[in-house]
Amino acid sequence: MTRPPVNDWSTDFDHLDPRWVENPYPIWDELREKCPVAHTERFRGVYFPSRYEDVRAVAYDTEHFSSRRIIVRETPPPRIPAPPITSDPPEHRPAKNLLLPAFTPDAIKQHEPRTREICARLVEGFAGKSGCDAAADYAQEIPVRVIAVMLGLPEEEGDRFRKWIHEILELGITRPDILMKAMGETSAYFQVEIEKRKSVPRDDLITQLSRATIDGQPISEDHLLGALRLILIAGIDTTWSAIGSCFWHLAQHPEDRQRLVKEPALIPTAVEEFLRAYAPVTMAREVIKDVEIGGCPFKSGEMVLLSFPAANRDPRVFPNADRVMIGRKENRHAAFGLGIHRCIGSNLARMEITVALQEWLKRIPEFRLDPAAKVTWSEGTVRGPRKLPVLFG
Amino acid sequence: MPTLKVKVDRDKCQGHARCAALAPELFELDELGNAREKGDGTLPNALVEKAWLARANCPEEAIEVEEKA
Repeated sequence: MTRPPVNDWSTDFDHLDPRWVENPYPIWDELREKCPVAHTERFRGVYFPSRYEDVRAVAYDTEHFSSRRIIVRETPPPRIPAPPITSDPPEHRPAKNLLLPAFTPDAIKQHEPRTREICARLVEGFAGKSGCDAAADYAQEIPVRVIAVMLGLPEEEGDRFRKWIHEILELGITRPDILMKAMGETSAYFQVEIEKRKSVPRDDLITQLSRATIDGQPISEDHLLGALRLILIAGIDTTWSAIGSCFWHLAQHPEDRQRLVKEPALIPTAVEEFLRAYAPVTMAREVIKDVEIGGCPFKSGEMVLLSFPAANRDPRVFPNADRVMIGRKENRHAAFGLGIHRCIGSNLARMEITVALQEWLKRIPEFRLDPAAKVTWSEGTVRGPRKLPVLFG
Repeated sequence: MPTLKVKVDRDKCQGHARCAALAPELFELDELGNAREKGDGTLPNALVEKAWLARANCPEEAIEVEEKA
């Protein structure tokens, strides 16, 4: 589908515009100085704050901004709850507390050996080859398998999960029919899995959440399905995009790559910097009460693109914000959001990205972008390379 | 030398867990992954730099370093 070209990013932006998808950073840099809260009539009205302090203000303000719609789409779909990400206070807290224990750093540590094994096996699979697609053949394969293990689903289901995610997060922005079909399929899939565990419980998240209660009451099937869908969708695309962006950077910056190979202890610090500079996730909010942010009136009923990636590039908060400095020590980045909706999976994502880099760099210290092929990027809610052809050596 | 103390504002903390990763001597996480200072938060001189690092990396600005008489 062709979209009308954007002539003015301040008053008519379109985050599906190919220029935005390809390289949004210069657009945001310009907006931040000229028009810190941009607006578009497209998508039935959306605001785009690009400064850290305005993004933060929106993220913290649950009175004027609701999470009941978290993705900017062409048409308003029927509301599809995925608690707690789509929950507002006071329902949000208990819904989030259900999931948090499984995602603490200690709980995630238990999944590290398996993740390491998955990464090592994938890299060993590249032996004897001259290169690979670091997004499709490596980055994408990691979270899909780790989440499958956590949920208690077969690792081999990756293709099915990836299809749903593409349909829900990308195609579904403009195609409600595709979105609803994918939603129906995920619900049916999880219903079968929940049923299986009723007779034979397992040591997995589906079993655990099936038995969860709030205030002593079992959670509804809708709540359960929504939470499972959230874990599946939010746990895969986001992390593969983050991993992909790390490799995109390292393929082009031999000095950073060599430094991490020599100094692997720096990897966790570098991961934070990659998360800042290439933060994958932009959420959205619905304005539910008129309010002013950054001197700009926000009208009830319109949406806000809540760009943590743009906030992370604000030079008012991050010196040399446009430069990736893998040794950056002070890094209060907002890649995992701010306020009550802080990403539940942040500890999992950090572990996966770190292990993905460690295992690859150990075996493939030298690689570069394949000059004969093109890197492509996802569009919409999650930003990351979809095709990232690299050559080894 | 005045005594320094670290403190996590529990209302602000959202469980990013950066403090516990950067300064495990000073911060710990509860069963939900939210942070609190260890013990009474007394900050030994040797850990002052780590405390500032944790503070500078908390996205919610939930960490306070205070002088205690």
